[in-house]
Amino acid sequence: MRIIQAFKLAWQSILGSKMRSFLTMLGMIIGVGSVITLLGLMQGATNYLIDTFSEMGTNTLSVSVTNTDTRNVDVDEMYQLAEDNSKIFEGVTPSVSSKYTVKYESTSLSTSVKGVGEDYLTLNSLTLSSGRFISYADIKNRYNACVIGSYIVQELCGGSVSLGDTIRINGDIYKIVGVQQEQAGSEANSTDDCIYISYSNATRLAGSSDISSYTFITKDPEYVTVAETILDNYLYNVFKNEELYTISTSAELLDTINSITTILSSVLGGIAGISLLVAGVGIMNIMLVSVVERTKEIGIRKALGAKRSDIMWQFVIEAASISMLGGLIGIIIGYVATGSIGNIVGVEAAPTTNSIILAFGVSAAIGIGFGYMPASKASKLNPIDALRNE
Amino acid sequence: MRLRKQKEENSNAPLIQLVDIHKIYKMGNEEVRANDGIDLVIDKGEFVAIVGKSGSGKSTIMNIIGALDVPTSGKYILKGKDVSKLRDNELAIIRNKTIGFIFQQYNLLKKSNLLANVELPLLYAGFSRRERKRAAMEALTKVGLEDKWRNFPNQLSGGQQQRGAVARALAGKPSLILADEPTGALDSKLGKELLDFLNELNEEGNTIVLITHDRSVAERAKRVVTIYDGKIVFDGNVDEYRKQVLA
Repeated sequence: MRIIQAFKLAWQSILGSKMRSFLTMLGMIIGVGSVITLLGLMQGATNYLIDTFSEMGTNTLSVSVTNTDTRNVDVDEMYQLAEDNSKIFEGVTPSVSSKYTVKYESTSLSTSVKGVGEDYLTLNSLTLSSGRFISYADIKNRYNACVIGSYIVQELCGGSVSLGDTIRINGDIYKIVGVQQEQAGSEANSTDDCIYISYSNATRLAGSSDISSYTFITKDPEYVTVAETILDNYLYNVFKNEELYTISTSAELLDTINSITTILSSVLGGIAGISLLVAGVGIMNIMLVSVVERTKEIGIRKALGAKRSDIMWQFVIEAASISMLGGLIGIIIGYVATGSIGNIVGVEAAPTTNSIILAFGVSAAIGIGFGYMPASKASKLNPIDALRNE
Repeated sequence: MRLRKQKEENSNAPLIQLVDIHKIYKMGNEEVRANDGIDLVIDKGEFVAIVGKSGSGKSTIMNIIGALDVPTSGKYILKGKDVSKLRDNELAIIRNKTIGFIFQQYNLLKKSNLLANVELPLLYAGFSRRERKRAAMEALTKVGLEDKWRNFPNQLSGGQQQRGAVARALAGKPSLILADEPTGALDSKLGKELLDFLNELNEEGNTIVLITHDRSVAERAKRVVTIYDGKIVFDGNVDEYRKQVLA
């Protein structure tokens, strides 16, 4: 009852001096708006980063065997392992990657040559712009076929290439059977700066007969940890020594990204939070002025029977109302700003529920916290002195 | 059993009993004895004027009677209850339930309409919304302002504002109406009307204490108490007061 009454009085007082109320709120509006906008944009940027890294394969595990002299696993065993756990694994492909000098007519450059299995294309959701990918027959027959990335087309072949042309990889003649669709703007060292050949040929190029690394793809990024355990158990059984093989996942990378963006969010949120504090001081200042201006009113109320707590409530609720109203407007502005700034910078950003709850909670708490001092001052006024005030 | 007996005693006791009231203010190093040993008994249904020049201590005694302040020493017994040692919140309850104030400057809240102003003491007394409105309208009807309840103070004449303030004082049906220079801001005609109205209220059984510096106002009461230098120098009925003034 008392609180409802206090809200009514607060509302009257806010409407009674609209301009002043608005200016007092402005600090809170800007503070809450910027907290929501910054956190929303940060979340958008984080999502963007994670998505980008996911495309690069958060569901992949790389297995490499360090010492292949004593014990080894062969390709078929690995294919069998993936098939046995087909609920977890999408598939597996050997990958033997190395840097070689490649030559086309009279130009040459150095690029990464990947020896892969026939499933590599689909497993990594890559597409070709023309031709075909490395086939099972190529692998079996050790046929010198290659698929080249768009960067290679640009830089090595002068922008255009026809299927059936030949290039030399480390001196050997390879026939171009396919061209990979451009993926990363044909930049150097990107996924476009790459040549695929069969893994059988790649091992020969490397001068060894064994395949030392495999890429496993899981059905879902969430399965990565389970997959890691399966692979670890399997490989430990074979090698009996965990130093002979390594399993690496991109989950660790994702963790790092997450922790970095969390820190950045806290810093940005903290900076914006300072403006909330400043807004609180602004509200306190106005409330103090208001108490002085309304000394007479306080005196009348006290003479007619208002207790300290009645006056206290009246002023605290008024400060909290100004603060929360500013907070609400700030949320709306933050909502609009997050979306439109996100559009401009090209990040899909929306305010997070947490940031809205946080911003509103903080604005209410600041209103109450900073309203307390002026309210307490008002409640302690002596009615006689207050009545005498003009 | 004991409690009931005490209650009976209370109802027979005087409304106001001031026993050797002292109020001392410290102004720097100097002590100002605003009330210097005041003894006063006021019964239910009396109409008492406390008269004195400015600086005589009449405002101080009004503040104490009105529970706005407590004496430095002495006893103030209101409705059988010692209120001279009460704390802030308890004084607020006394002011709210027992005393109806009428001020010189009306002291209506500018931002509230007349009804809300009259409802104010009832609000702090915790009346329900309907009860508040009913009691406030009743009080406004009594002062003849029932059709002005929507008006804000600045839309009312001085006389109407003071009547509104009287309605606010009456709304909670207090045991004591305490009027501090109620005619001070009114012209003589309106002042006379207000005093007539206070007389009417007294006829109906209300206890009224009127604080004034004006002898002609004081003569409208039934009993007059004169304060000089913080002490009571005269206490008698209005006829004796008139004689004393002439003499």
